[in-house]
Amino acid sequence: MAADPATLINWGLLALEPPGWGGVLLGGLLNSIKIAVGGYALGLVLGTGGAFGKLYGGPVLKDLLEVYTTLVRAIPELVLILLLYYAGTDLLNQLMAAMGYGPVDISGLAAGIFVIGVVQGAYSTEVLRGAIKAVPAGQIEAARAYGMSPVQIMRRITLPAMLPHAIPGLSNLWLIATKDTALLAVVGFSELTLVTRQAAGSTKAYLLFFCAAGALYLALTLVSNVIIRIIETRARRGMAAPA
Amino acid sequence: MNGETGTIEATALTELPSGRDFLKPHRIILLAVAVIAVFCMAWFMRWDWIPEYAGRLAQGVGVTLLMLFSTCVLGFLFAVPLGLAQVTGPWPLKLLAKTFCTIIRGTPLLLQLWLLYYGLGSLFPQFPAIRESFLWPYLREAWPYGAAALTISFAAYEGEVMRGAFAGVPAGELEAARAYGMSRWKVFRRIWLPRAVHRALPTLNGETVLQLKSTPLVATITVIDVYAVISKIRQTTYLTYEPLLLLALIYLCLTAILVVAFRTLENKIPTRGA
Repeated sequence: MAADPATLINWGLLALEPPGWGGVLLGGLLNSIKIAVGGYALGLVLGTGGAFGKLYGGPVLKDLLEVYTTLVRAIPELVLILLLYYAGTDLLNQLMAAMGYGPVDISGLAAGIFVIGVVQGAYSTEVLRGAIKAVPAGQIEAARAYGMSPVQIMRRITLPAMLPHAIPGLSNLWLIATKDTALLAVVGFSELTLVTRQAAGSTKAYLLFFCAAGALYLALTLVSNVIIRIIETRARRGMAAPA
Repeated sequence: MNGETGTIEATALTELPSGRDFLKPHRIILLAVAVIAVFCMAWFMRWDWIPEYAGRLAQGVGVTLLMLFSTCVLGFLFAVPLGLAQVTGPWPLKLLAKTFCTIIRGTPLLLQLWLLYYGLGSLFPQFPAIRESFLWPYLREAWPYGAAALTISFAAYEGEVMRGAFAGVPAGELEAARAYGMSRWKVFRRIWLPRAVHRALPTLNGETVLQLKSTPLVATITVIDVYAVISKIRQTTYLTYEPLLLLALIYLCLTAILVVAFRTLENKIPTRGA
């Protein structure tokens, strides 16, 4: 029997108050955003270091970074997340034991930020490396001729000059980071996708909840797109329009 | 480097590290360290479960590859009209294709997969017409939902690439074809499509590797691919790392094979100049 539409969609399930699951979904979205922001920030730090290391580092550092980016780009995120999740928590606990402390309980949030950050770090290494290479060599040579130290060159010339080249890639990485947080559902962290599944499982209103979660993710993407557009126009001030 | 291609290359391996000038002094030491690490792994970790599960692992790899190739081929067939509609279609079609790509690219694949499997999967049994149709035996299994989700996702991402590729074919070539009196269909078949596919080929490599990296998600809806086999092994042997390391190695090899295959294919297509 095909149920009539009124009982098929029970909008009351999405109410924010406890009989409805709306509040739980929004809490999951908040968790997802926290992990995405944290992981993305960690990834940017790793990526900046990685890109400079890959371009200007010694031969050993270059090779190690090459191994890092090759592995992360060739192995599924899901597998990396599992490996890093277990290896990371294990390593930390052994470290604590070696230093004479008892085992610590690592929060899911910290572990999630760590694994997303390591994956994002490899991606942003590649994006930033491409962007740094797009900075005309003459500008960096000129800075060197002025007697600036490498750190000064990086802060004053390379980073600001590469930014317009890096922004399209970095904004795509942000969108990937927001979607990668869904993979943490597999290790049991209660972000948006997992709480959606729990809500759907206990109410049997699968379509309603998954569509609602989809709308939340989509809203996050669309809002991000608007902000990215604003940042991009700002960073490209004074440059020729892209061909 | 434009954003789209750059991002694909940054997130998917599209080129193997070059082997030229491989043996430098520091590399010999690094290699020695690596050999010692591998030896320690082989010696101190437990690998005695491999022979027992080798057959199932091979089957799992087969399922993964089958999922990968069928969804890539199907997805590409959908991507061509999606790209074309966005470049040259009438506005309702253009809007429809654009909306489809935005929605699919804006939500996680895992969510789409679960929406199809749990959502549609719970809806279908309510309709007797579907339960009595010849499709029902298939719809009760998990793999059609996995294949559908992967196909849709590949079509949306590749559709965006094809849009760029169709738009990027020089107008002069299309005008020349039209000047020769070719019909619209003939222009499409002879000039527009082949040139666009050629332009999209480098990104196709990256998209295929990305698709390979997405296939383990189907294990979450009980499709027995290589990832699911490894999960099963982890549950029965209580080993944390060894099966995951083997899994990483398997995916590494699969990616490398894909990259080499695409390189061979690209080299077979004659190009002028650079």
